[in-house]
Amino acid sequence: MTRPLLCLLAIALFLSACVPIKPWVKPYQRNKLADPIMSFDHAPISSAYMHHVYQAREGARGAEGGSGGGCGCN
Amino acid sequence: MQKEAPAEAVVAIKSMNSKIYNKLLIQRYPTPEFSYARLRNRHASQRELSRTLSRSLRQVLARSLSLVIGICFCGTALSSVLPEDRADVLYHSYDGGGVSINGPSVLVRKGFKKKYSASANYYVDKVSSASIDVLTTASEYTEERTEYSLGLDYLDNKTTLSTGYGRSTENDYDAQTVFFNLSQDFFGDLTTLSLGYSQGSDVVTQTGNDDFSEKVNRKNYKLSLTQILTQNFIANVSYETITDQGYLNNPYRLVRFRDPDPDREGAHVFEQERYPSTRTSDAVSVRGIYYLPYRAALKAEYRYYADSWAIKADTFGIEYRHPFKEHWLAEFRVRQYSQTGADFFSDLFERGNSQAFLARDKELSDFDSLTLGATISYELKFKHQKILERMAVTFAYDRINFDYDEFREIDPDTQNTDAAISGTEPFYSFSANVIRFYVSAWY
Repeated sequence: MTRPLLCLLAIALFLSACVPIKPWVKPYQRNKLADPIMSFDHAPISSAYMHHVYQAREGARGAEGGSGGGCGCN
Repeated sequence: MQKEAPAEAVVAIKSMNSKIYNKLLIQRYPTPEFSYARLRNRHASQRELSRTLSRSLRQVLARSLSLVIGICFCGTALSSVLPEDRADVLYHSYDGGGVSINGPSVLVRKGFKKKYSASANYYVDKVSSASIDVLTTASEYTEERTEYSLGLDYLDNKTTLSTGYGRSTENDYDAQTVFFNLSQDFFGDLTTLSLGYSQGSDVVTQTGNDDFSEKVNRKNYKLSLTQILTQNFIANVSYETITDQGYLNNPYRLVRFRDPDPDREGAHVFEQERYPSTRTSDAVSVRGIYYLPYRAALKAEYRYYADSWAIKADTFGIEYRHPFKEHWLAEFRVRQYSQTGADFFSDLFERGNSQAFLARDKELSDFDSLTLGATISYELKFKHQKILERMAVTFAYDRINFDYDEFREIDPDTQNTDAAISGTEPFYSFSANVIRFYVSAWY
């Protein structure tokens, strides 16, 4: 039972290796992504301040995304 | 008479790379919504393009979103365009746990020669502190910290190179940082990979002790991958490792241990805290932002953190953004943070000098915090203004509750008296109110 499934999986992997993956979201399909509300960091001055607020009071630091961290202040 | 628009012939933006505006191609598709003639402008910037468009066309576009946000997209999801020209003036305020901090921040960014963008930030913290640490071992103080930074971005096709310098000064701490960042778009601009490095050099001094001067060196390495997954969903994975070397503790902060005098049971004695001279941390985060079936966005993120001091932390965040009535934007957010304590933290050591490293800094203890926040923003667009494109006024409020599981609340009035109960005080907790009020202008 499992052997045919493995064969199918191997064939699928083989075929997928032959066909390069193409970008699947075309530029003209990105109108929603382009809305400013879809920005990870749409107010850098505010998010940088909040990162500073948290960094000064928490042990964790880094990987905040956007304009985070690295101010070197205690 | 209007022809039926072919299904594939809609607004086509051929390339979303750095030369997007040069390649912008709007094919003719006289649908009832868009019955305007073919517009082809291969050498126009966004602003030049908007000037090219007729007023009526712009009104149509403003209502229909598709092209306008297609253009704005460059500044939101992709790195292969320079950041928008904008200026922000912010007033910030933090008030909680006996600490009050406020001050201004100004951030200005301006592009030039089409391939460069420069930014400058000026930031001030005016601190008035009567925190629990200060009340139990010192007296209330005020101080001011000033920070400024300069940055420069250079764009070449799908590659953005950024560099910058920042300096933070206060009466007993001087920190300087330089950073470099490389960002590359590929895979049809669905993927953005960023690599970053920053290096800091700090000088720690002590008020009232002219002989004291120590150094700290910091290095940050960042790796970030942003991927457009669907027409509604963008995801990001980030990793950052930071190494610190030098004098990492606070020259004023003390730890406490049980008073060895058998006649003073319940009392405690203080000694200087002592941290390791190195610290290495790793943080990895995943975040995603999803466009809901109506015009609103949901952002979620998670970060895992671990360091060589045995602190492990989890951060969860979720944010909902909802534009309404044309000019307004509301945001609601929740953030939950929890960490384990450093392996050399103790609220009360059994005896003095009991181990190599000693800490009673509550930021290194086991604790949780919960933030609830909201933002309201009002934005105005200036369609006929040559200098200003739009302006926004924003007010943001967050309330953070901190609950400590190891750090106890010493009563400054009863400590080391007959009523002293060292080690049995209630665990400390406090709430903080955080406010940002800022005005933004795009030009």
